[in-house]
Amino acid sequence: MNVLTRWVRNGGLSTFVLLLPLLLTFGYFAWFPIGRAVVMSFQETNLVDAPVWVGLDNFEHVLRDPRFWTSLRNTAYFTLLALLFGYPLPLVLAVLMSELRKARGIFSMLAYLPVVIPPVVAVLLWRFFYDAGDTGVFNTILGWVHLGPYPWIQDKTWAMPSLVMQATWANAGATVIIYLAALAGLSSELYDAAEVDGAGVWRKVWHVTLPQLRNVLLITLILQVIATFQVFTEPYLMTEGGPQGSTATVLLQIRDYAFRFNDYGAATALSVLLALFLAVLSAIYFRVTRAWSTT
Amino acid sequence: MSEVDSIERGLLSTFDWRQARTRWSMRLAQGGVLVLLLVTGLGPILWLAKAATSDTQDTLRTPMSLWPSGFDMENLSIAWNRADISKYFVNTLWVTLGACLAQLLVATTGGFVLSVLRPRYARVVTAAVLSTLFIPGIVVLVPLFLTVLDLPLFGTSLLNSYWAIWLPAGANAFNVLLVKRFMDNLPREVFEAARVDGAGPFRLLWYVVLPMSRPIVGVVAIFGVLNAWKDFLWPLIVLPDPDIQPLSVRLPTIRETVELDIFLAALLISMALPIVIFLVFQRLFLRGAGLGGAVKG
Repeated sequence: MNVLTRWVRNGGLSTFVLLLPLLLTFGYFAWFPIGRAVVMSFQETNLVDAPVWVGLDNFEHVLRDPRFWTSLRNTAYFTLLALLFGYPLPLVLAVLMSELRKARGIFSMLAYLPVVIPPVVAVLLWRFFYDAGDTGVFNTILGWVHLGPYPWIQDKTWAMPSLVMQATWANAGATVIIYLAALAGLSSELYDAAEVDGAGVWRKVWHVTLPQLRNVLLITLILQVIATFQVFTEPYLMTEGGPQGSTATVLLQIRDYAFRFNDYGAATALSVLLALFLAVLSAIYFRVTRAWSTT
Repeated sequence: MSEVDSIERGLLSTFDWRQARTRWSMRLAQGGVLVLLLVTGLGPILWLAKAATSDTQDTLRTPMSLWPSGFDMENLSIAWNRADISKYFVNTLWVTLGACLAQLLVATTGGFVLSVLRPRYARVVTAAVLSTLFIPGIVVLVPLFLTVLDLPLFGTSLLNSYWAIWLPAGANAFNVLLVKRFMDNLPREVFEAARVDGAGPFRLLWYVVLPMSRPIVGVVAIFGVLNAWKDFLWPLIVLPDPDIQPLSVRLPTIRETVELDIFLAALLISMALPIVIFLVFQRLFLRGAGLGGAVKG
């Protein structure tokens, strides 16, 4: 009792009260669901009866599902294409933009503009741009230089690159701003020193700019992989996983399990598998790249 | 090295800039970047503004010509009034406002306790908050839905209620760490002085720490608004009742029920507010986006 009154008098209670919003929201909507995800992946839950322990049945069911491998392959393909298109682009833009003085503000504004457009609006707009007819917006523009018409999202091989193009357009600006901030913090002495050693522009990029940015570059790479592996809105609204399942991703699969088949066990099992995969991937990545990192 | 020098120079030195070839290559490349950014950044928005004020047949037949059969503002008013966009717009405002407030409340009080008051258990809580940052959002999607469906200890369902969006929005580790990190760098002597003057934790937060933290509170608020406005999957899951759904959830359905010109007008209305907010608070946005890298890094 004495301990408790002393705790209250020393402000312990008000401290705890001030922390309550954090404890309650994180408790209910972050920590508890994370724990529950692990438990649920070993259970069969249908919201009516009490959950039943089923061991690894959910995982087995998910891994045996032929759509699992299709969606995994599609998601990996999306991630790979997004890296090829989307990873070097912001860096090039940022390096060129950081050499500007007065105009940098307007360039940054233009680069960030697609980021503030709500994804649903952007995806539905691009879906219209991708009209496969020769009067589609993109096909009209390409028609001016006698290209196309292209099938875009109507075609099995073109659909995924089309989604990646839209996603790159939507997200590149955010990374440009991160690189610009990193470039602004770069010490000019290193450039001075490189010049004293007779380095030209390209050698300065290679030997000063890139090595100085490597921490940021390493982080944005793995964050992009983690984010693109969870792609949902683009395939869901642009192609609905089609044509012929060519853009069905892991997240669409999870949504199907949970909200079409009410198979919550399978949905969480697949979520947990995906999270484990990303965790292992990040762990390996950080281990391998630790040698190149400055800290 | 003086301050001016470090600001004035980047990759290219004054010597490089004097070389005609280097200067022109750089200018050319930057001109290319400007064209690319204009086309990709402004292009789609301007095209949508044009198409939303054009006739459906014009947009379908000649999508790139400017108003072949006249400029028509009526689409916007039809979308606003008859396609019920006004209702969904107000719904989106509610969703956004509440989500933003929840994030502000949790991030400022949480950041304040973990950074300034630092009770003995602060380390554990910080670690627990930090750990959620590394767990992909997808893991909690289904269990979070079941939690909202039957809130433990309360025994109520938040389905079809904005609380289902507002409360989980508060559990944002990124915000808490951003605010905590900012408050870590505030001068502690000021807090001590306030405490000596008899300010308790609540007054310390309200009158001393919050006014000093205005820049970071602005960043959290503005990204809170933007992210709530952009959100799609979560409101789709927890708000099955069409009457209370925000724009992002309604738009795919609206697309199937109205004519193209009305739909494009609806898209334009849906992107207008985030764009205006961005243009007004540009500096805050771009500084916050840069901070994103700093925290992630």
